[in-house]
Amino acid sequence: MKARAAYTVRELMVIAAAREIRDGELAFVGMRLPLLGFAVAKELYAPRAIGVFENGIVRDWPALAPIFTMSDPPNVARALYCGGLIDVMGLLQSGRVQLGFIGGAEIDRFGNVNTHWVRERQKRTRLPGSGGAADIATLAERCIVIMSQERRRFPPRVEFVTSPGYGEGAAWRERARLKGGGPSRVITTMATFSFDPESREMILSTVHPGATVADVQRETGWPLRVAANIGTTAPPSAEELAVLRKYDPNGIWTS
Amino acid sequence: MGKLSTLKDAIAEHVPDGASVAMGCGLESLIPFAASHEIIRQKKRDLQLIGPISDIQFDQLIGAGCARQVTAAWVGNVAAGLGHNFRRAVEQRIPAELVIEEHSNFTLGLALKAAAMGLPFLPTHTARGSDFARAAHFAPVSCPFTGEELLAVRALHPDVAIIHVQRADADGNAHVWGNLGVIREAALAAKKVILTCEEIVDHDVILADPNRTAVFGFCVASVVHVPFGSHPSPTQGYARRDDQFYFDYHRQTRTREGFLDWLQTWVHDINSHQEYLDRLGPDRLGPLKPSQDQRAPAINFSA
Repeated sequence: MKARAAYTVRELMVIAAAREIRDGELAFVGMRLPLLGFAVAKELYAPRAIGVFENGIVRDWPALAPIFTMSDPPNVARALYCGGLIDVMGLLQSGRVQLGFIGGAEIDRFGNVNTHWVRERQKRTRLPGSGGAADIATLAERCIVIMSQERRRFPPRVEFVTSPGYGEGAAWRERARLKGGGPSRVITTMATFSFDPESREMILSTVHPGATVADVQRETGWPLRVAANIGTTAPPSAEELAVLRKYDPNGIWTS
Repeated sequence: MGKLSTLKDAIAEHVPDGASVAMGCGLESLIPFAASHEIIRQKKRDLQLIGPISDIQFDQLIGAGCARQVTAAWVGNVAAGLGHNFRRAVEQRIPAELVIEEHSNFTLGLALKAAAMGLPFLPTHTARGSDFARAAHFAPVSCPFTGEELLAVRALHPDVAIIHVQRADADGNAHVWGNLGVIREAALAAKKVILTCEEIVDHDVILADPNRTAVFGFCVASVVHVPFGSHPSPTQGYARRDDQFYFDYHRQTRTREGFLDWLQTWVHDINSHQEYLDRLGPDRLGPLKPSQDQRAPAINFSA
């Protein structure tokens, strides 16, 4: 019998996401891993954080029952506010939202994310589209991208920009006068990344326990820049894991 | 005769071939599936489907050959991932070619809001660096006061919006609670509205709680009593989400043949919404009903 690891890689990713939420911030927490990250952050280090959902919901405490979409009844009951999409997108556009999480099929060297079209062996695959991701990527003060670390998902340049990161690199966002600050971090199944403040290129910041820089490079489609002070992603503490498992007792999202 | 109608008559009368139809305006809840199944049964063609997320609803209409165009931010299955019919239509023109008018959630909301307000467009900061914002329904515009660069989103006027609500009076004044998505904007942007509802209530119930009114009766053409009419999507206070239904749909519709079987079972072999509920059966429906009362305290509107 295989021994149960102390934690799964998805649990590590949730905790990494949770640690990005600062106390008192408004955050678009979307679904799945970031939603669980919001729950952990609320309980442990950001008790006054507020979760905002595109369908019009604003919550100041995480729903305890597991949910599959942001419109599931447990996410509505005892919310702080239930309004419309334009109400909460207005919060985002007016600069009141500090943080937003998005996922994607592809991300490139400058943090541009694609959820429209991918090409594999000459075959084009249609993906579902933006949803609210383009809005969050354009407008949030900081955007965090959650990704599976696979070479095909990390091309040097995405096929289609659904959610803009730093475009073509240095000063692109400033020239385009995009309102939000752009991607601040990428959390993957193998590592976390930040972005160079000048060149805006993605930089490998930490590798998860058990992975190496060479592993991450193998699953990245361009020569990676590695931070001078590269370290290991801090594993989840017992306390963080206990809180997380309270919200995802059956490991629906994290096994 | 008032606006109370059957699903059959409401769809037959107000959803002609070629119509633009807004649905799924609450996002993942309140999706009027009973109405879209009736659209499929009546073999409506060349529809322009309008809605931000549409969690498997547009996928079904596309696979059934009802749609010519989709105006949306996202088309798929929220819990399970891709929409197989959407993919087959876009990649292989099966069952037919599909035109896509791409939006983000925010820009689609603004397009409906502009129409709701009688404006030709609304300006926004969003999506300005996105490739889809190069399409013809967007244009750069600058602020006449500051010169700031913005994106103009063209107004969108659906021929009809179909909206599922918790309760409505016989004239179509409707109370909605929970997340509102773009329900209010769609109801005002559309030339007419079909309401499906969990309960028909007296006009007095609407007047007793006016802040809860999300749809005006004067926008509404038909009111149809359809309990569980949003299944498998949830309706707060009336129906939980049937998660397994979405996962089964995802698995069963991987192939075109699998989808056609699904369609036969859940749409074509069924003649009425009651037959649909019978097929689901009490063992499945029972656990989808909320088990506790969680009521808002009454408030005092006294003058």
